[in-house]
Amino acid sequence: MTSPAPYRLPEAPGIGRLIDRGQPLAFTFDGRRLEGFVGDTLASALLANGERLVGRSFKYHRPRGIVGLGSEEMNALVGIGRGPAHEPNLQATGIELHDGLAAVSQNRWPSLAFDIGQVNDLFSRFIPGGFYYKTFKWPKSFWHHLYEPLIRRAAGLGRAPTGRDPAAYEQIRVDCDVLVVGGGASGLAAAEAAAMAGARVMLAEAEPRLGGVGDLYDGSEDLPALANVMVLTRTTAMAHFHHNYLLLAERLTGDKPRQRLWKLRAKEVILATGAIERPIAFANNDRPGVMLAEAVRGYLARHAVAPGRRGVVFTNNDEAYRTALLIKRAGAGDVTIIDGRADPHGELVDEARRAGIPVMLGHAVSQVETTLGGQAIEAVRVAAYRPGISRPLREQKLPCDYLAVSGGFNPAVHLWCHNGGKLRYDTRIHAFRPDRHHDRLWAVGAANGTFDLQQAIAEGAIAGEQAAARALGRPATASIVMPKAKPRRQGAIEPLWLSPASGHYHDGHKHFVDFQNDVTVADLELAQREGYSSVEHTKRYTTWGMASDQGKTSSIVGLGVLSEATGRPIPEIGTTTFRPPFTPLTFGTIAGALKGPLFLAVRRTPAHDWQVAQGAMWEPVGQWRRAYCYPQPGETKEQAIAREILAVRRAVGLLDASTLGKIEIKGRDAAAFLDRVYTNSFSTLKVGRCRYGLMLNELGFIIDDGVTARLADDHFLMHTTSGGADRVAAWLEEWLQTEWPELQVLVTPVTEQWAQFAVAGPEARAVLEALALTGDSDIDLKPDSFPFMAWRAGRIGGFRVRIFRISFSGELSFEIAVPARDGMKLWQALLDAGKPHGITAYGTEALHVLRAEKGYIVVGDETDGTVTPRDVGLDGLVSKVKRDFIGKRSLDQAFLKAAGRKELVGLMTEDKNEVLPDGAQAVSDAAARPLTPIGHVTSSYLSPTLERSIAMALIENGRSRMGETLSFPLAGGKIVKATIVSPVFYDPQGERQNV
Amino acid sequence: MGSVQRPSLLPNAYCLLPHEIPMLLIKCPICGVVGDETDFHYGGEAHVRRPASDHPDRISDGEQRDYLFMRKNPRGPHHERWRCDRGCGKWFNAIRDTLTMEFLATYGIREEPPAI
Repeated sequence: MTSPAPYRLPEAPGIGRLIDRGQPLAFTFDGRRLEGFVGDTLASALLANGERLVGRSFKYHRPRGIVGLGSEEMNALVGIGRGPAHEPNLQATGIELHDGLAAVSQNRWPSLAFDIGQVNDLFSRFIPGGFYYKTFKWPKSFWHHLYEPLIRRAAGLGRAPTGRDPAAYEQIRVDCDVLVVGGGASGLAAAEAAAMAGARVMLAEAEPRLGGVGDLYDGSEDLPALANVMVLTRTTAMAHFHHNYLLLAERLTGDKPRQRLWKLRAKEVILATGAIERPIAFANNDRPGVMLAEAVRGYLARHAVAPGRRGVVFTNNDEAYRTALLIKRAGAGDVTIIDGRADPHGELVDEARRAGIPVMLGHAVSQVETTLGGQAIEAVRVAAYRPGISRPLREQKLPCDYLAVSGGFNPAVHLWCHNGGKLRYDTRIHAFRPDRHHDRLWAVGAANGTFDLQQAIAEGAIAGEQAAARALGRPATASIVMPKAKPRRQGAIEPLWLSPASGHYHDGHKHFVDFQNDVTVADLELAQREGYSSVEHTKRYTTWGMASDQGKTSSIVGLGVLSEATGRPIPEIGTTTFRPPFTPLTFGTIAGALKGPLFLAVRRTPAHDWQVAQGAMWEPVGQWRRAYCYPQPGETKEQAIAREILAVRRAVGLLDASTLGKIEIKGRDAAAFLDRVYTNSFSTLKVGRCRYGLMLNELGFIIDDGVTARLADDHFLMHTTSGGADRVAAWLEEWLQTEWPELQVLVTPVTEQWAQFAVAGPEARAVLEALALTGDSDIDLKPDSFPFMAWRAGRIGGFRVRIFRISFSGELSFEIAVPARDGMKLWQALLDAGKPHGITAYGTEALHVLRAEKGYIVVGDETDGTVTPRDVGLDGLVSKVKRDFIGKRSLDQAFLKAAGRKELVGLMTEDKNEVLPDGAQAVSDAAARPLTPIGHVTSSYLSPTLERSIAMALIENGRSRMGETLSFPLAGGKIVKATIVSPVFYDPQGERQNV
Repeated sequence: MGSVQRPSLLPNAYCLLPHEIPMLLIKCPICGVVGDETDFHYGGEAHVRRPASDHPDRISDGEQRDYLFMRKNPRGPHHERWRCDRGCGKWFNAIRDTLTMEFLATYGIREEPPAI
């Protein structure tokens, strides 16, 4: 074993309580082999080894070191893992050290010590906050090949992993009576009191152990052993939503799963989230070695790590004196206290003096001095301080190699605020604390601004008892009483946000507020001068508080700076909103197990397996998988589609139409209901017949279409588009329940109950007749007995079927419906019966071309939610007789009848092999500037039937422009010309479907 | 320390889709089911009168415009419609405070709103 790490103190009582010196661990940082112990975090182990430099700042690439102890850390972001398992931007303070850990620093090249990016610091004069709003504009061409690529390379801190995250994640849904967030002193008291009162309690603690920052838990198993208590450690409460719905992210220590997301609904939530220390802004306050005072104390007490040999504690409150006292007690080198207050009276101040620690009152650190390159502290400059002065007075130099800074403590109120909880500014602690909340939330302990330990514990217990009572519906008891505050002499905290010398650029010394986003006091003052004076504007203009630490340490320091700059008190300036997640959350945790094949439910038709075996290409339609085309070996997609289309036109094709929506509508008032739902009349439809229906919304726009068959006087079967089935069924229900409950109608979706296949082409009847010969059959297929737009029920080839003689291709066509369980058998039987006739399976693309050749619309292509029946030439389907149907009144609005609306037309390109892209914009004059679009292409295909390209489009006044040539300017400068024609390209009389 | 113990009183756990972040907790007044808002479907403001259901022959442009677009959008109690999608499938009305998200009342879809 090598010599002990240089900054690890020898064993002594009161320090190193978390590490196990008997279990050494080896790890690497940027390839350097280092050692630590079980119980270390990566941060404590790095500090023990004297690794001060852990990263480079975002914009200026300044050298940065570890500042905090836990989730407030904003500088020490590292990456661990390789390849797809690489995880960037992890806080070194949160990584539990394990053997073989390999961590790398970020945002530097070629190395952390010699980073080229640090030239940015030299140009900082030109890149203050918000500089990018004023730059990168000229010359215009430079944006594309210089500025944008540069910015992309410079952006971000860590490196994104390559490949899919291989880890497994889990999610779990739970309810409880009382959730306690935070396992420190007040949280433990709350959990215990609530449990004793009989509530089901969950306690979530972000650290691996209970006890809070003081490690006050004695390790007893009493609490976790209670049957009605669930204790979760390594679990961070990430978000609070309405009605006490929370997300907790649990980090697991085994292999699988890696993280578990708890989705929790709690009747009562007690926040015991503690308080976060805040720094003070002074010149070069971001140098490696400047740390939070409580963090320094934590590293000593927990990990026996001294951040250096000569320390300076800079504070405006009594708490930081504890750090100096511990440094002295632990023999961790020299320490001096610089206190901004002129005359504090507190027990801790006296104790420090008795311990022989030099204390300079009424002084402040005005500047940090470093070695060349800014990587290590050599000294600080200390100046006399009075509130309101702006220049350092009587500066003196104090040699030191680290700083422990404390500007006070902020209650951690993030979860309180996620969902609109109100805060109030407490001048006793000069921080915001929870005020009112409309949900059942409590705040106790330091999270509530209660820093006295005994009072915090009592507060937790009282809240636990009362929350449990409320959750269980019992009257609140008052068995626990707040103790009278022990008369302890404690000096008040005096606000100290910014040490003398305000941050003007010419000083060249930056006073950092937000470390991670490199936001300085000068930037905040600049924002005020430029008019971004609202706190929300200041935040967004400077990006203060917008980094991954979400302003945990920078928020109120910034408010203090703004308060001094504008002369407005902090409560008047206000705070910006806290939003989830509390700390960064990996996407895998959010996705859980639902990725890959489990991402979305997949719906398959009864003939799916056959289609798979044929090597079909797939088109997702909503959650359905529909066969797009069936390329045969050696065939391209285009060749397959052309073959399928010609097969339907010349012989016979087989299409799986099972996905189209089917809804049964039954009842005394079924016909009257359909009359209100469609634009045309269905009460006039005879039993045994089918009719195409157009469905509008109340704005008068087309939302769905399909053929509806009358099965009986009081019974209809409606077809909808595949994507619209569920939506239309809900639509019908809504109207029946909420607007017309007097109608006696039942609506039943039956899409999945029936398999339905279209047999289409000149040979279609022949195929059905062949099928009829193979088994029981009683349906008369002759044209006189079974005309176009009729339906028949009965048997064919032994199958019990309904056959609808409807056509979307324009050819002779029969759609055969069987119960879904018989679907595959029927599919195969049709293939067999059709073989001698050359039956060809065809997919959705062939289907779309076939209908386009006939000028039939597809809802969603020719319509986009703003298209009326008249626009697409279907005004004839709008009843002039019906008194009311959905959308009728809106159709009468002037602007829906006005001239100049886009109308459905066909297009034929000048070059017949040119296929216009979907959505191509039309102009009448391609040379005019500016270009004025007058319409767009809605569907566009290569038609093998016509041996040329065809398209459908919506063009202003299109129907009056037959024969006119339009231009379609495409990306890259190409202009395609096309002539406006009728959208019915083939069989305009509609004779082929009638045979 | 840190072991996960499952209290006996907690129900079985189940998974939800990742894109559902349920917020409101809603109780259906028809079937009694209590569910996250993703088990329900929101239907906008309640008691909006449809002119055509009443007098289809003479509806002014203003009436139609109000019906289609004008909504109260109150700061405070809001009368709105919900459907118990994953439960009984019935529509019902609710009064929800738009500031605190508290449900003040639920009642039948064709009923008059209760006084609150």
